[in-house]
Amino acid sequence: MSETFKLEIVNPEKSFLIKENVTEVVVPAFEGEMGILKDHISIISFLKPGVLKVLEGGSEEKKYYVEDGIIEFKNNCLSVLTSNIFDISEANKTSITEIINNAEKEAEDNDLDDQKRYLIEQKIEVLKSISIIN
Amino acid sequence: MASLDDLKKRIVSVKSTQKITKAMKMVAAAKLKRAQDNAEKGRPYSEKMNNIILNLSNGISDKENAPKLLSGTGDEKTHLCVILTSDRGLCGGFNTNIVKKAKSYFDKIEKDGKILKIVTVGSKGNDQLKRIYGEKIIEKISFKDSKNINFFDADKVGKMIIEMFEKKEFDVCTIFYNKFKNVITQIPQAQQIIPLKTSESEGNSSEDNYEFEPEEDEILSNLLPKNISTQIFKAMLENSASEQGSRMSAMDNATRNAGEMVDKLTIEYNRSRQAAITKELIEIISGAESL
Repeated sequence: MSETFKLEIVNPEKSFLIKENVTEVVVPAFEGEMGILKDHISIISFLKPGVLKVLEGGSEEKKYYVEDGIIEFKNNCLSVLTSNIFDISEANKTSITEIINNAEKEAEDNDLDDQKRYLIEQKIEVLKSISIIN
Repeated sequence: MASLDDLKKRIVSVKSTQKITKAMKMVAAAKLKRAQDNAEKGRPYSEKMNNIILNLSNGISDKENAPKLLSGTGDEKTHLCVILTSDRGLCGGFNTNIVKKAKSYFDKIEKDGKILKIVTVGSKGNDQLKRIYGEKIIEKISFKDSKNINFFDADKVGKMIIEMFEKKEFDVCTIFYNKFKNVITQIPQAQQIIPLKTSESEGNSSEDNYEFEPEEDEILSNLLPKNISTQIFKAMLENSASEQGSRMSAMDNATRNAGEMVDKLTIEYNRSRQAAITKELIEIISGAESL
């Protein structure tokens, strides 16, 4: 019995990634990180800015940065819908810094409600940690 | 009858028009390929989004308190119509078809005594509508400056619509666009996005019991605004593929017509040239005979 399931990541422009045999996906769900394995119960949840980890057999792990989105897991197929995603290993420092600067500018706005402020702060924090690793 | 010189000039002018239409057709064909690819690539996202929302709305336990974007305001007085058209002309009946579809919808609304508000996206639709419905157009948007269709633009439109909805400026929102079927056929569509209609795909609703994290209501209220942007984005992608397809076939027709015209003019030119030669010969011969 294989312990793998299907992963589909789509963004509005195209199918970002389709993989048939992933063993585990860790998603930054709104209420905390969540690891999904095969035969997980059907679930719908949405994401906050964070790192999405994909494990394929072995010990290799791919990391993607997602800004928002929604996930659906059903019949051993995980769909991730997100409007902003990139592969962390391919991202360069300058573009990340640019996103951080934009987000910081946004955070200066005093009219934000608590939820939005939380999301933006989360975003800045995650991006900063990424740029340190790189 | 036009003189030989005039005919020659006309042939040259038609030929150069033909060159232009041919070039435009080539450009449209190249762009069509890309636009079509984009439209096809964009479909999974909006389909999945729709599916998830469908599952969510089926799972929602108390329909009364469902978010307003899904259930509507309970009123149907004010209709907002978003007309998506192109920014450029010379694309056959593309814009006219959308506008025609929209106009028949407007008529129906006005007959029922409801209030109509219009938002135009793309300058051509605005041009066609402003004469009759000028005072009803509350907003005109144009993305002339952005080269490619991107989600960011669609999101801007979506956010604007939601903002208006929250201010209770309308009850029902419908978007008009052309759905790309193939190069020759584009179908003008009217799609209601607020309140969301889920009935059409109810047949395949699954019996699955989902777990939700956080609660359904919270997910829905987060997801519905996104869905609106997604639907607009989808409409924009379909529209751009349709525009190029429509332009390509229109330019193909124009090239063919120009070709026919050149043929006709060439025959006319040759006939009158022959006639002139014959006339000259007759003059010479009759002149010689009279000697």
